[in-house]
Amino acid sequence: MRQSVTINVNGQRHTQEVEPRLLLAHFLRERLGLTGTNLGCDTSQCGACTVLLDGQAVKSCTVLAVQADGSSVTTIEGLATNGQLHPLQQAFWDNHALQCGFCTPGMIMAATDLLRRHPDPTEAEIRTGLDGNLCRCTGYENIVKAVRSVAEQSS
Amino acid sequence: MYSAEFEYYRATSVAEAVELMRAHPGAKLLAGGHSLLPQMKLRVSQPAALVDISRAAELSGITLDGEMLRIGATTTHAALAASPVVSEHCAILSEAASLIGDQQVRNRGTIGGSLAHADPAADLPTVIVALGGTLTAASAAGPRDVLAGECFVDLFTTALTEGEVLTRVNVPAYGAGTGGAYAKHRHPASGYAVVGVAAIVTVSDGRCTRARLVVGGAQPNPVSASASEAALEGQPLNEATIAAAAAQVAQALPNPLSDHYASADYRRQLATVLARRALVTAAERAAER
Ligand SMILES: Cc1cc2nc3c(=O)[nH]c(=O)nc-3n(C[C@H](O)[C@H](O)[C@H](O)COP(=O)(O)OP(=O)(O)OC[C@H]3O[C@@H](n4cnc5c(N)ncnc54)[C@H](O)[C@@H]3O)c2cc1C
Ligand code: FES
Ligand code: FES
Repeated sequence: MRQSVTINVNGQRHTQEVEPRLLLAHFLRERLGLTGTNLGCDTSQCGACTVLLDGQAVKSCTVLAVQADGSSVTTIEGLATNGQLHPLQQAFWDNHALQCGFCTPGMIMAATDLLRRHPDPTEAEIRTGLDGNLCRCTGYENIVKAVRSVAEQSS
Repeated sequence: MYSAEFEYYRATSVAEAVELMRAHPGAKLLAGGHSLLPQMKLRVSQPAALVDISRAAELSGITLDGEMLRIGATTTHAALAASPVVSEHCAILSEAASLIGDQQVRNRGTIGGSLAHADPAADLPTVIVALGGTLTAASAAGPRDVLAGECFVDLFTTALTEGEVLTRVNVPAYGAGTGGAYAKHRHPASGYAVVGVAAIVTVSDGRCTRARLVVGGAQPNPVSASASEAALEGQPLNEATIAAAAAQVAQALPNPLSDHYASADYRRQLATVLARRALVTAAERAAER
């Protein structure tokens, strides 16, 4: 039985009929065309599908669209404002914190949640804070540097 | 990956959840979904219906009620880890919650879901058993309390009956001279406990008056290391007494789990080492209170 859901995504309300088994990740990618949210493992491990659900980082491959009914979602597409990259996006660019870029949207969304909770994290706190996100390319060094640089800019 | 098809219902109260579970045989409760949805995507589990309890306001929240901490079943691991009341009155619980999976998992997963799922590698069952907690559950027959120590029957099996809704977890707040610690060997890929040990000690006039030592991840359910507990009671807590007690932990583990990551012998060894570490930290914390 299809159900109607209303989800606010990046500031825009979307009302759609969905099957209960539709994952939030597929709702974003296939219904709304927001393909910045990647599916890596599809088994809740890699974090590539991380988005903010009511401000908290979640793995959208492990949330049903019906569970997000009435909630607000922010994806990587919702971070830049007026053509200006978000400080984390700019910092990833400046610090060469991506190679293939597949993990990057999830990594940046998880880092957004981390900086909200800990505006000035230590290197160790960044590493544990992002341990739900796997990167197969960078070796993490520059990702940690990028997140640190944003904390430094704002402190 | 898509799960098999199912009907979805949202309960806004405990009464509604109980009624929906009664009306839909074969339905499963959905809390954070971080054990259930992965299983459904792999089609290991194919419930006909899900009853989502995550929006039932009466099921979430943490309150200190006299000497007892009452924790709503849908309280997330992240909320437990960040709760000042929990870190003040029952710090072992926030410590264990902060070691679960990763931030995204902690933002969704709930204490009730973790206890009801009864994964042998989960962290919270071990800690709640060590605390001597009780679980309050609701069903058409009314509410009842289940002792945590009697709840975890086997792998993925609890004393909760079909359709019963776990509503609240009750644990005693630490008294004077009490300290606890949770020591865990994380599986490097999943984050789950290969072995996790919860230690809670009470010290009075330099001697241990009460010790609780519970091992998770080693056997199908959390087990109390009774010989170790008995060895500590009446003793001063120091390196020698703690090492002697930890050396008896293996007695409580007659047939440990064994898999390609950790053999039965390795799990016994981990339990012994982690018991010593947890007891040392618990004793230090007890001395500070
Ligand atoms: C990548 C990953 C890593 C993880 N790492 C860890 C870890 O390190 N340590 C750890 O302990 N756990 C870990 N988990 C599991 C996590 O803690 C789960 O959130 C938890 O086990 C289940 O809680 P939930 O709220 O998500 O429950 P759900 O998945 O919603 O439900 C699980 C089961 O419990 C039942 N249930 C749920 N709520 C109730 C209730 N109130 N009353 C009765 N039955 C109920 C459901 O019907 C279902 O059968 C991990 C999970 C993932 C995906
Ligand atoms: S795709 Fe969701 S965690 Fe990997
Ligand atoms: S940049 Fe390729 S996976 Fe991270």
